[in-house]
Amino acid sequence: MKSISNHFSLVIALLSILFTIQIFIIIDRAVDSYKENLATNYSVVIVSQKQLSKDTILAINPLINTYTELKPDSVIKRLNANMGAKNIELLKLSLPKFYKLKMKHYPTPNEIKKLTKDLLKNRAITKVEDFATNHNITYKLLLLLKNIISIFAGTIFVVTTLLILKELRIWQFKHSERMNIMGLFGSPIWLSSAVLFRLAIVDAIISSVLIFMIFSYLSNSVLIQEYLNNIGINIIIFDNIYDFAILFTTAISLSILLAIMIVIGHKEEV
Amino acid sequence: MDKVIIANNLSLSYTDNENIINKVNFSINSGGFVFITGASGSGKSTLLRSLYGALKPQQGSLIVGGVELNGVSTSKRNLLRKHIGIVFQDYKLIKEWTVEKNIMLPLIINGYEKAVSLTQVDSLLKHVRLKHQAGKYPPELSGGEQQRVAMARALSHNPILILADEPTGNLDEYSSQLIWNLLEGANNQLNTTVIVVTHHIPENMNIDYKHFHIEFGTIHEVN
Repeated sequence: MKSISNHFSLVIALLSILFTIQIFIIIDRAVDSYKENLATNYSVVIVSQKQLSKDTILAINPLINTYTELKPDSVIKRLNANMGAKNIELLKLSLPKFYKLKMKHYPTPNEIKKLTKDLLKNRAITKVEDFATNHNITYKLLLLLKNIISIFAGTIFVVTTLLILKELRIWQFKHSERMNIMGLFGSPIWLSSAVLFRLAIVDAIISSVLIFMIFSYLSNSVLIQEYLNNIGINIIIFDNIYDFAILFTTAISLSILLAIMIVIGHKEEV
Repeated sequence: MDKVIIANNLSLSYTDNENIINKVNFSINSGGFVFITGASGSGKSTLLRSLYGALKPQQGSLIVGGVELNGVSTSKRNLLRKHIGIVFQDYKLIKEWTVEKNIMLPLIINGYEKAVSLTQVDSLLKHVRLKHQAGKYPPELSGGEQQRVAMARALSHNPILILADEPTGNLDEYSSQLIWNLLEGANNQLNTTVIVVTHHIPENMNIDYKHFHIEFGTIHEVN
């Protein structure tokens, strides 16, 4: 029981920090995935007086990923009844060319402004429809979501750091006595603080394993997968190698930092 | 005879204002048994602290075991402490360690092999009559038993010098006698220098000893 209580408080504090980090990673992935969806659906339509080649279009701005030429057939179809075939062919030739441009990623409002400017530099292009208003609203909503999550994660991080600092004082008191006694018999600092570092590393391992178990379970949960599918997001909730490496490194670094702070703050009893 | 402690013009103080020990001179022979007495607050424990390097001399010089403690480096001081056994009035045992491991502490620090350490601890536990308590933790023991553990710890690494700060201050007759016997034994059989700070010198000591008395910041030998 004594051994469990020795570990409990730091493990809980580390767990909450790791949990916050992983939630932040998931939200970030979800936002990126949503941005990708938006990028797929978002396009800019341009009107050109003459046919534009693939190279010309792609060279205008690096943001442009693909393009498709919009056929004027639907417009002509409506006029079809009253016009002869020759006239229709002439009309087709005189109509401007319409292109739909797809982007490499979901652009920022500034990127759209620059893109529009670059497109209009081409003399053949007479009109650019960038759907800026709709784009801005969606983009701002995304930013808002990300900022709220960042503030939330930051707050939890600060609260848990305060928790860890409080824990640090308890540890300092608890370990100082042992370190002092060992020092009285000539123990070098590395030996008298070895227990502290071992405890810190064990706690980091315990919390990393616990967080691994929690998120492995959640990532395999049918309910969670269904929910994400319903909102159109397809992401990896927990990457067993990459995410675990991040969380484990954070836990080890934090607990070792905590131990180092105790050793530095240790004052020999006179 | 070799001197294990030499103090020249030694002044000790916790602050810059007032010296607790003021310009004292004394020396202690290797293998000697010394009692230091004095009223409460006279500076007995302060002097003892300076002998294991917990308090640096304010003035003068203090040489213990050939190490000059004025301006000593931490590593040199640690090296000296490895050869000293200390007994405190409040025992200073590590609460989360068993009796056995507490006694083993100096042996761990001195890098003894585990098998050698266990044999040594086993022998000491018999000497302090605590063999049956080896696996217990200090808070589970009485004050007398804890002091016996502290005594065994101080003897475990065969130190050249034992410093004891009122080792029987809070103890019953039985534990007190056991502690005095152990200190006498270490001095007699192992030629360990023993310095004991105390209010009362036991009447039934079976060895020759020196007696220093501290008063008004100075130290003098009592014949």
